[in-house]
Amino acid sequence: MGKVMDRVMRGFFLLCGLVTIACVLVITIYLILSGLPAIAEIGPVKFLFGTTWASTAQDPKYGILPFILTSIYGTFGAILIGVPVGFFTAVYLSKLAPEGVKKVVGFVVSLLASIPSVVYGLVGMLFLVPLIRKVFHLADGASLLAAIIVLAIMILPSIINVSITALDAVPKKYEMGALALGATEYETYFRVSVPAAKSGIMAGVVLGVGRAIGEAMAVMMVAGNVANMPKLFGSVCFLTTAVAKEMSYASGLQKQALFSIALVLFVFIMLINLALRKVMAGGEKTNEK
Amino acid sequence: MKSSVERQRFVKQLLWRSAMYLCTGLTCLILIFLIGYVLVQGVKGLSLHFITSKPSYLTGNIGILPDIVNTVLVLLVSIIVLLPLGVGAAVYLSEYARNYRLVKLIDYAAEILSGIPSIIYGLVGMLFFCQFLKLQTSLLAGSLTLVVMNLPTIMRTTRESLLSVQKGLREGAYGLGASKWRVVRTIVLPECMDGIITGCILSAGRILGESAALLFTAGFAHTLRSFSLSGILGAIRSSGATLTVALYVYAKEQGEFQVAFSIAVILLLLAVLVNLGAEAVKGYYMKKKKV
Repeated sequence: MGKVMDRVMRGFFLLCGLVTIACVLVITIYLILSGLPAIAEIGPVKFLFGTTWASTAQDPKYGILPFILTSIYGTFGAILIGVPVGFFTAVYLSKLAPEGVKKVVGFVVSLLASIPSVVYGLVGMLFLVPLIRKVFHLADGASLLAAIIVLAIMILPSIINVSITALDAVPKKYEMGALALGATEYETYFRVSVPAAKSGIMAGVVLGVGRAIGEAMAVMMVAGNVANMPKLFGSVCFLTTAVAKEMSYASGLQKQALFSIALVLFVFIMLINLALRKVMAGGEKTNEK
Repeated sequence: MKSSVERQRFVKQLLWRSAMYLCTGLTCLILIFLIGYVLVQGVKGLSLHFITSKPSYLTGNIGILPDIVNTVLVLLVSIIVLLPLGVGAAVYLSEYARNYRLVKLIDYAAEILSGIPSIIYGLVGMLFFCQFLKLQTSLLAGSLTLVVMNLPTIMRTTRESLLSVQKGLREGAYGLGASKWRVVRTIVLPECMDGIITGCILSAGRILGESAALLFTAGFAHTLRSFSLSGILGAIRSSGATLTVALYVYAKEQGEFQVAFSIAVILLLLAVLVNLGAEAVKGYYMKKKKV
């Protein structure tokens, strides 16, 4: 009896382990199978580099360059704002903050991470968008800028948490050594600790890139969702929002083209994954030295 | 008299320090503002009637009871499926697996899963669960999609705490002639309870906040069924909006901002509870393990 149970449970645990691989396979296969037909029909060059997306027009055009560029610009903008803020916060929390402050701000950061993206979208839509409209005298504040600001806030927690882990792991003797040689606090932490934690901080940034490029709901609520080429103060559409916005009513080639957009997004995410692995592997090597 | 080098160093130190204070302050201010803004806009719309009634086009009433019920159902179904699957995978990796390459492969798969954006989960969930498995747009299809999404989370937390199980305990049990399953059941699983609970809480947080993956898999109906067993089973098989999806629909499609903010208040409250819960579990087990 015991032996049978043992076998059964071993099989069960193996199955659980294999489910993960199966999920990845299913996702990849489904995306490729449902994404390729439209790309083949439209033509890969026309699809990837076409500058007009008019899926519901009489003579439909399926060019997703505006989405790709918007996603890249939007992510880049979010990184530009989010990384410095996250970086300085992380250094402060890891190296200088007293225990109590560390605990409180740590809680703040984890709370920021767990606020649902629709709540960010809602506040963005009703506070940030009107604010941008007023400040820059626009007809409509729903723009790439609004999306960038919301994304920058949303990626803060990933950047801060990963960077803190990396900074905490820097051997204390490096810092002690620097301080003993007469270096000031800033010289110690920014010239010694930060370079030592470089790969971990980079990993945080790459993780933030992944979060930003994959976010859909919050962006959909603040970016305006018109398929324009990216303009900072113009209404734009990201790769994610292009899919989400039309999915509920699309059919035929239009629907297939949406799956193709998802496939492109998936390729981006896989590239970011590879970059993350590279960064982490590089970090392990330098630590071994 | 300070030399110019010293003064330069002093100024630099001051600049970097203020940058750090500024950024940390900004991070906290963002959260305080977000919470404050949502509370100010949303609390006035909260009432007992609001959370215990269902929307009706006839009376123009807006209530979110169906959305609350849907959220609870999605949460329960997801966790029930997720728990054995995620813990099982973690146990396999740390207790059973002998094949190094298979372990690497499963690890890599989990890493990929954790990086995939929720909108892609939503699309593939729609293709696979709703269409291929013929579950239609239903809470069940939505829950299963969320299971796949949260697998890496619970695997990671469980594995982390499995690592801290003392080797001596395991070896002692094996030495006494216990079979592998018995060791897992009596030693390994009880010892990694903290990781399992933390994983569940973190997953619950993500499930409560998720919207993009549910939009196409669970849909956005506001129907309320009876609370009998058959009613609940029927609800699981039919489409329904969770709180987050309802917020999106009310804000973006219907322009009912007051309702959206009131739902946001509830979501924030849940987020705070989830975080406090995770902290409490961490604290409790840290104390226990020290003793």
